[in-house]
Formats: sequence, C-alpha cells, structure tokens
Amino acid sequence: MSFVFLIFVPLLAALFIPLLFKKFGRIHTGWFVLVVPVILFTYYASLLPTTISGGNLVSEFQWIPSLDIAFVAYIDGLSLLFTLLITGIGALVVLYSIFYLDKHREQLHNFYVYLLMFMTAMLGIVQSDHLITLYLFWELTSISSFLLIGYWYTRDRSRFGALKSMMITVFGGLMMLGGFVLLSIMGDTYSIRELIPQAAELVTHDFFIWALVLVLLGAFTKSAQFPFYIWLPDAMEAPTPVSAYLHSATMVKAGLYLVARLTPVFAISGTWMWLVAGVGLFTMFWGSFFALKQKDLKGILAFSTVSQLGLIMSLLGASAAGYHVDNIAETTFKYAGFAAIFHLINHAVFKGSLFMIAGIVDHETGTRDIRKLGGLMSLMPISFTVAMIGAFSMAGLPPFGGFLSKEMFLTAMLSLTEFDLFSMDVWGILFPVVAWLGSVFTFIYSFYFVFHTFAGEHKPEQLPKPAHEAPIGMLISPVFLSLLVVVIFFIPNLVGDWLVKPAVLAMQPFLYTSPDEINIHVEAWHGPTPELFMTLGIVAIGFLMFWTLRKWQKSYDLFPDTLTLNALYDSVMFMSDTGANRFSRLYMTGFIRSYLVYMFSFVIFIVLGTLFLTDAFAIDFTNLAPVGFYEVVILIALVGSTLTILFSKSRLTGIIALGAVGYSVALFFVIFRAPDLALTQLVIETISVALFLLAFYHLPQISRKEERMRFRFGNALVAIGVGVTVTLVALSSLSQKALPSISEFYKETVYKEAGGGNIVNVILVDYRGFDTLFEIAVLGIAGIGIITMIKLRLTKKEDQHENK
Amino acid sequence: MRTNDVMLQTATKVVTFIILMFAVHIFFAGHYTPGGGFVGGLLTTSAIVLLMLAFDIETVKKILPINYVTMTAIGLLLALATASASIIFDVPFFTHAYDYFDLPLFGKTSLHSAMLFDAGVYLVVVGVTMTIIQTIGEDE
Repeated sequence: MSFVFLIFVPLLAALFIPLLFKKFGRIHTGWFVLVVPVILFTYYASLLPTTISGGNLVSEFQWIPSLDIAFVAYIDGLSLLFTLLITGIGALVVLYSIFYLDKHREQLHNFYVYLLMFMTAMLGIVQSDHLITLYLFWELTSISSFLLIGYWYTRDRSRFGALKSMMITVFGGLMMLGGFVLLSIMGDTYSIRELIPQAAELVTHDFFIWALVLVLLGAFTKSAQFPFYIWLPDAMEAPTPVSAYLHSATMVKAGLYLVARLTPVFAISGTWMWLVAGVGLFTMFWGSFFALKQKDLKGILAFSTVSQLGLIMSLLGASAAGYHVDNIAETTFKYAGFAAIFHLINHAVFKGSLFMIAGIVDHETGTRDIRKLGGLMSLMPISFTVAMIGAFSMAGLPPFGGFLSKEMFLTAMLSLTEFDLFSMDVWGILFPVVAWLGSVFTFIYSFYFVFHTFAGEHKPEQLPKPAHEAPIGMLISPVFLSLLVVVIFFIPNLVGDWLVKPAVLAMQPFLYTSPDEINIHVEAWHGPTPELFMTLGIVAIGFLMFWTLRKWQKSYDLFPDTLTLNALYDSVMFMSDTGANRFSRLYMTGFIRSYLVYMFSFVIFIVLGTLFLTDAFAIDFTNLAPVGFYEVVILIALVGSTLTILFSKSRLTGIIALGAVGYSVALFFVIFRAPDLALTQLVIETISVALFLLAFYHLPQISRKEERMRFRFGNALVAIGVGVTVTLVALSSLSQKALPSISEFYKETVYKEAGGGNIVNVILVDYRGFDTLFEIAVLGIAGIGIITMIKLRLTKKEDQHENK
Repeated sequence: MRTNDVMLQTATKVVTFIILMFAVHIFFAGHYTPGGGFVGGLLTTSAIVLLMLAFDIETVKKILPINYVTMTAIGLLLALATASASIIFDVPFFTHAYDYFDLPLFGKTSLHSAMLFDAGVYLVVVGVTMTIIQTIGEDE
C-alpha cells in the first residue's frame, strides 16, 4: 500500500468537518474527528515489526517530476516513533477536547479543521525524505499552529501570541529553507537518505557551515530553544488541547526531529556538537530557572517544556560524540542518543497529561493563577494523582519514566567530560554542572506546580467557580497518559527495544547496522554510580529550596522587565515598524524636486561609475570636423539665451529666451544641412512658445511675483554633474565608434528601391514608417487628452480634492 | 475694444491662399525635396490660425465647417490602412509600392503608396494642432 497518501488523510477529513458540524450539530464534531487518528495509529502500529527488525519502508508520490520534487514517505524507527506520538497523542487530545470545548459556544468546525490540518503537516514533516516537501509541511505546521493559537481571535493576547509565534517560526523556517537549498546544492540531491552517505565529503564543502547554521536556526526556532523560546509562553493563549498537543508533544518536537534526522549529515562537525549541545543545555537551565517565576499554570508548563526540549536537544548534540570514537559499544557515549529518544517519549507522555490537568483546573475553577489556587487535593483527587505522577516523572523521581531518562541524561553529560575532541576536555566539565543545576530547578518547579495548586489551603472566595472534579470523559486521556508514565518505568526495555533502538539506529546509521547491536539495557537500579549520587543531591537540594520557596521567589521580580528577551522582541517589532515608517518618510517627501534629485544623482552615479569601472572613458579628437564661424556665432547665441533662462527675473524673459534657444537650434539644423528638421523645428518652436505664453497669461496673480530662481547648492551640483556626465558619455561614444554607419544603404537605395529623393522623408514614411505610425498616434492621443482635460470638468468645486 | 483691422483682414485673405498653396507644395514635394506631411500639415494649420487671428473662431468655423477630431481619426485610419494594405498582396506589413505613370496634364509622374501614408500624417497633424488651438481658444 502506498502509505504516502495516508499523510493527507487528516487534510481530506478536514474538508468534511464543516459539513458534519452543520448537519449533525447535536453530536459533538470531535467524535467524528476521533476516528481519523485512531485509524492512523492502528495502521502505523502495524508497521512496528518492520522497524524493530531494523528495516524501513518507502512510498513515493511524484509532485513536480521535472524539478525532481516528490512526496516521499520514509518510515524508519525515527519517523515511526514520531508518527505514533502524533497519531496516538492526537487521538487522546481529540478525546479530551470533546469534553473540554463546548459544542454550542465554540466554533468547533474551525477548531477541528485547523487541528486536522496540523496533523497532516506533522505527519508530513516526520515522514518526508524530500527536503522541499519537508519544508512545505514545516510551514504548514507554522500556519496551522498560528490559526490554532489565535483560535479565540477576539482576545488581544491570542492574536498577539499567534503573531509572535508566526513571526519567529516562519523566520526560522525560511532560514531552514536556505539551509536545505545549500544542502541540495552540495549533495546534488533533495533526498536525506542520499545525503547521509555523502556526509564525509559534505563536511569539506564551503557551504557546509552555512547549511548547518541555517538548518539549526530552523530547528531552534521551532523547538523553542534559547533565545527563540519566547513565542512558546505566549502561545499558551491557545485552547488547552492545542497546548497539550502542539506545544508539548508534537510541533515543538519538530525541531528535535530535524536535528535527529540530520545528525548523520552534520554530526561530524564540531560546530554542530557545540551548538546543539551547548544551546540545548543552556536552554534547559534557563527554562527551568524562569519556570519558577511564572504565576500561570500554563506558563509554568511552557517554561518547563522549553527546559525539557533543551534537555533533549543537548542529548542529541552529545550523541554526536559517538561519531568520533571507535567501538562505541564499549563507551558511555552510546547513552546520549538513546537517552534523547527515550526522554522524548517520556516528555510527550507526561507533559501531555500535565497540560490536560492544567486545562481541567482552569475549566473547573475558572482560573489558572497559581496564587489563587490551592487545597484542591481533596476536591479533585483524580486530577491531583495524575498531576503528581506527571510532575514527579518530570522531576525525575522513581518509580516514573522520567527517573530513567534523567539518569541517562546525567550519564551522557558526565561522559562528555571524557571526550577529548573540540576542546571538550577543557570546557566539558561545564556540561554536567549546568545539567545538575537545571535538574535542581526542574525538581523545584515540578513540586511548585503540583503542591501550590493542590496542597495548601483552599481559597474558594478567590475562585470564579466552585471547584469540583472534572467529568469522567475529560479525565480519560490524562489518566491513560499517567498510566503510561508508570508503565514505562516498569517496562523500559520493551519501550527501548520497540521504539527507541530503531530510532537510534536511524539517528546513528554509521555506528550500528541493526537495532540489536545497541547494547543498552535500562535498569531502574543501576548501582552506586556518580549519576545516582547526583540525583540524590538534586532531590536533597531541590527539596530544601522548595521548602523555602516563598522566601526567595520574590527575588525574581527584582529582575527588570525591560531587559528580557520579550522586551527585546517587542522593541525589535516596534522599531522595524516605526523605523521603516520613519525611514520611508525621510526620503518620500512628496516633493517632485526631491525625487528628481534622487533620480539624477543615481544617473550620475551609475553612468560615471560604469565609465570609470569599465575604463570606457576616452577622448579622441582626430575624427572631428573643423569648427566654422557660423557655428561659433550660433553657439554663443544658444549659450547666452540658455543662461538667460537660468538667471532671468521674470518668467516672460524665460519664455522668450527659450524661444531664442529653439530658433538657434533651428539655425543649427540649417547649418548642419537638415532642412526638414529646420522647417519643423521653426514651426513647432513657434507653437510651443505661443502655448507657454498662454500658460503664463493664466498664472494666478499670487505666483506671478517676479522673483529670480533661488540658488540651491545641491541642485547646482546635481545639474552640473548631469551635464558633465552626458558630455563625457557623448565624447567617449564619439571617440570610440565601433561600427560604420548604416546610412550608406539609404543613400544607395533611396531612389532605386524606394522611389524617392528626400532621404529623411523616405525613412519616415517608408523605411521606418512604423515609428511614424505610432508617432501620429501619440499626437492623436495628446489631442484627445487636451480635449478631455479642458472640456470634461465634472466638478467645479475646487476643494473637493481626492486626498481630502 | 476691437480696432479697425481692415488691413489685416484684407492681407489675410491674400496671404492665406499663398500659405495654403505653399503647404500643398511642400506636402507633395516631400518625397523628393525637403517637406512632407508633417511640415505641410503644420503650415496648413498656420494658415487657418491666421484666419482665426484676423477674424474670430466662430467665423472660421463657418468658413471651414470641419470636425478636427474626425479629421484626426480619418488620418490615423488612412495611415493604418495604407500600412496594412500590403498584407492583401501577401507581402510584409508596411511594404510600399510605386510606379511611374503617364497622366494627362502632368506627364510622366511617379505615384507612390507612401504618399497616402503621408496624407494620413498630414490629416493627423492638421487635426490635432487645430483641435488643441481651438479647444484652448474656446476655453474660458
């Protein structure tokens, strides 16, 4: 079966959603939607045996064959893992949303269309083997996530959050497109599978670092890494099912997927390792540190997501170390890749359930402000249990899945200190230290989230609604997910064999040839190792700090708001708006004289620049004709009358002097033996001077003030510049005539072939009559224009200006 | 405020015909000697303008009841038709034809289809310049 088409199933289903919503309004639309991810999940789960044995499946659908662009669905361990996450958590989220969103008050048809669109986009990202279609789906996630965040579009905060996430992720997406194009230029293919074997040659290419940085920009913006994480907390204005789905389990992991997928291509480079591991680890610490500042339940979770994504990212970066050691199976470097994938599964599971709990608390109490909440333990026992399981897993406590991944995370970070390339032996010690600090804060905010919501004293007077347990339907999904959290702890090796090892194989194809070779056996009790002591330290210090949280939490508020990244983003947006506005106002003055100055300056600049650069300047006086007496006389008259125009005080003098210029030109035509031109010039000059006089006569009284043209140095400079430029060009072109003139042909054929004697006229009506045809058309249009301007005055009111 | 302009009007009556004749001459001679449709048209216009100066627009309109816009259109059509007539004879657009004929009264004369095109130019030039002058002159 060509399963590439399955990617589009949600999108096709989305087409029917509005219809179902209108026709079957009494049934919650979500029930129809639920079918889609469930069927997809079942189908994709049936592909598991293939990947467990290390195999893969490819299905292809040509889109633009001439440009070598195709939809290629490539299923291996990594993409199948993500596919199962997307469809599985998708199904749970849809189930949850059925009870969360009211079918009468909400615009469900919009919601589910966006959600299904998003599902197609995510499936496309994780299955695409083709870079361009991968980018297509990547942007589709940006767009559908924009629509989902702005779902309650009447709220200001929603629109702000949607726009912010759009701006940042699309910026990253475009950078990534650049990286992809560079990759395809380097490897001469769009297929990731074909790029991977070329990795050793690619690293020597000039574009390699560029491609690496650009692709990472895309991954970092999507996966909310420092400093691009700022869109994620603002995206919490979305409905909670959206936050649970997009901003914890799927979309924010698209960047992780991309990094994991391209690890075989880039991991050879030290830059990659430092960037991915370093940025990831810093994000992990930063996110966990600032999670404690948040007062909003979903805000805490957003920062926690940022932190956990950073953790996974740093593990992915650390896994690159495996490429530089021999016999990886004997070293501790093998843990990083495994831990990354393992924690990715864990995180998707527990963070999904935590978001759903936050949604339930919001739904049943009417607020998400942690300062108003408290003492809900006895009122909402099931939610409390689920929240506790999720949070303890997040903190890394046994007996929950998070414990195992936290241990492996510490192992991997410790192993980096032993790595002796890329100056890791000097700075490598930072990794376990920062990782440990980040874990301490993770521990504190996990407790903060659970106990400040569910423990303490109940404050019913501050809650908009009386708190009570959520309906059973809303609890199904979080309870199921928290069960998974516990199950993963008890059967980690089943998860490892089924899901993690095939994914690691896809991530490190140079190191392993089949999933069985990855000899990692996860054990809850792994002996008195350094990481166990580190965990004990985390728990002890974390518990102490949580106990005294009230005393030092206020110190967060000392940090000025003006120095945050959000303030930076706001000011960049503000500056680019007003700055661009101010810039265009600076030169768009609305005065034609300014625009003329720009145009003429550029003419001077471009023409003189070209003359200079191409070394085209030349003066050659050898072919010039001798200057006669009459020429000199007429020239003096011409220059004199031109200067008179410039310096005349009255406009009338200017017009007369202009006439004098025209008649001198006619005289020049006479001297240079152009009788037709002379005749025409004389008559036309007469008519135009008459028209000038007419215009002068009708000038309004106010502007008839006799005043000399004001001297402006800039104008003079530009005018002289243009004059000099044109003169130089004329001299140069005259001095370097490349080809003989065509006029000999006319001379020879004018009588024999055209039957005429006046070459000028024969050229006008015969050789090149085409020009004349359109010149008389121009005349006709001018005449019609004058008629319409003078005769068609529809409004007599002068104050009715179109701009007013 | 109009003064006695008998001299002007009388001179105009004579000069106008001289100018018109000169214009026609320049137009027909254009193919062999300086001149042609453009200058010929402008000279014709100047003759009519002289009439307008000596008399007034209404009088000239009565003397020459011509719609100059129509004249422009006819000129354009004539030019275009001359240019495209060659297509009928299966030669490229704008191919002219000429030959020598023995006409009564004129003797051996060359007739050239370019002349028809030039006539189009002539009509357009007269039509447009007259349109402009008349429109501006009548405007209050």
